[in-house]
Amino acid sequence: MTTVFGIPVQAFLGQLLIGLINGSFYALLSLGLAIIFGLLNIVNFAHGAFYTTGAFVAWFLLQYAGISYWGALIISPLVVGALGMAIERTMLKRLYGLDPLYGLLLTFGLALIIQGLFLKQFGSSGEPYEIPDMFKGGVSLGFMFLPNYRAWVIGFSLILCLTTWYTIEKTRLGSYLRAATENPTLVQAFGINVPLLITLTYGMGVALAALAGVMAAPIYRVSPLMGSDMIIVVFAVVVIGGMGSIMGSIVTGFSLGIIEGLTKVFYPEASNVVIFVIMALVLLVKSAGLFGRAQ
Amino acid sequence: MTTVKAATNASPLAASWRGQKIPIAGMLAVLIAAPFFVYPVVLMKALCFALFACAFNLLIGYVGLLSFGHALFLGSAGYAAAHAAKVWGWNPEFAILFGTAFSAAIGAVVGAIAIRRQGIYFAMVTLALAQMAYFFYLRASFTGGEDGIQAVPRGRMFGLLDLRDTMTMYFVVLAIFTVGFLLIYRTIHSPFGQVLKGIRENEPRAISLGYKPDHYKMVVFVISAALSGLAGGTKAIVFQLASLTDVDWRTSGEVILMTLLGGMGTIFGPAVGAAVIVTLETFPWLGAWVTVAEGLIFVVCVLTFRRGIVGELSRWLKRPL
Repeated sequence: MTTVFGIPVQAFLGQLLIGLINGSFYALLSLGLAIIFGLLNIVNFAHGAFYTTGAFVAWFLLQYAGISYWGALIISPLVVGALGMAIERTMLKRLYGLDPLYGLLLTFGLALIIQGLFLKQFGSSGEPYEIPDMFKGGVSLGFMFLPNYRAWVIGFSLILCLTTWYTIEKTRLGSYLRAATENPTLVQAFGINVPLLITLTYGMGVALAALAGVMAAPIYRVSPLMGSDMIIVVFAVVVIGGMGSIMGSIVTGFSLGIIEGLTKVFYPEASNVVIFVIMALVLLVKSAGLFGRAQ
Repeated sequence: MTTVKAATNASPLAASWRGQKIPIAGMLAVLIAAPFFVYPVVLMKALCFALFACAFNLLIGYVGLLSFGHALFLGSAGYAAAHAAKVWGWNPEFAILFGTAFSAAIGAVVGAIAIRRQGIYFAMVTLALAQMAYFFYLRASFTGGEDGIQAVPRGRMFGLLDLRDTMTMYFVVLAIFTVGFLLIYRTIHSPFGQVLKGIRENEPRAISLGYKPDHYKMVVFVISAALSGLAGGTKAIVFQLASLTDVDWRTSGEVILMTLLGGMGTIFGPAVGAAVIVTLETFPWLGAWVTVAEGLIFVVCVLTFRRGIVGELSRWLKRPL
């Protein structure tokens, strides 16, 4: 049997794959956080809760309406995005101009409410969500077995990340968004509806989190705690990458997922903490983050 | 920090001491009488959390640093004190002091990393570092993992006071709380505390006046960590238990909630907030709804009640509290 650094190649590639999957979710979530932070100046603590909600909406749709994975992939982000926009209109809107810490505290409160409601209803063990029929099974690549669904998650996340990047960096809408991030007053003076842009941005970021939740549902169980476990790691990812750059969030998200996966191979005890250790090291060396601008 | 600023009322040192002697004496009188009317165990829990929240408030209320990982200091001291009391058989006073010192040391390490970033990043960094420690405690052998350290002996304070007696234990906890509270009060109203407020209001200006903000932030971070440790060590002895709950991020969120509800940057606010939240948690009918209720209080406080209970009261009475 072939080995890499004394580790069987199968195990090595298996963990690499898991790392890529986690990396996909880190990238999708930190991307949303970065976009929201850029325009709203709010660190959205509820991001993990929206990810959970996305997964639960998919589960509800399947359980009570018989709507399959594909339907959920469209409906769930729409529903959660609408919820996010309603929250932005009614609550977050009142906090603009205040210290950004209040935004963090408010969204933390929202996260507690959402998580608490799901916990009350479902307990902490969660519900299983079956892999859609189309993606059952997998392909043997000769050196490893690649489950179809996991290949789909990685591929689709990459496409989503790159589409988001393209929209923000290369399109007209994206240029409004970047301009509004720099100077909202001036952009408003040019006749662009900035409050609407803000609402849509928050909805978009939240919808991305919900989409990640739907994709995660068949891999992990649909559980009330899935989001809170994720969000703290994503915060560390965001600190490492710096929230200034869209591409930075994507690259950091995927690479940290891979590093975490590889740590599981070489030193499993440290796999839970490796991202936090990297965060501490990055802060000591380059405190603005790898892609961040000094403040 | 416009609203946090509005919540505090800086006042000259001497005047504020004269002004607050009476409320402090009143608070102590109530706390001395309280165990004869209320179940002392609940009171002790409230006192531990009150000290914890006051220590936390030292950062958010007076330097404008939001630590989202303060449970780390509460829980670490709990583990250290419980280990010292149970495995090494130390007297409770030494066990608690050991826990305090342990948290202060961790505070020095975390502070050195976290104060490199400000505002929102400071919050995320402290949260991440606390979570890292959580995973460490989950795996480490001396913490007992999911079970925690159970059946910690209360022992005899100074070899004299038998802490197995609930009333004795209560008055020891009250004494510890009072010492911690007065220490925080003294810190805030010292020249050191004035510099902290100066840094909060305008950091570049403090730098231009020759102060080194990072040194000040570091010192106050360690003080806050140590006093949180004092609360955590005491809590471990009182409840004879050190567990993962105390290092969990939810506990970090809880102490923020207590401080926010009571009033950030007020002297009495965090203690009042802690009393309210601990009382809330004892309602049996609330059960699994506690998390939802806490989330709602967060949302309501941030949207409509940013000064907190004591902050509003202080504005109404037109005097700092």
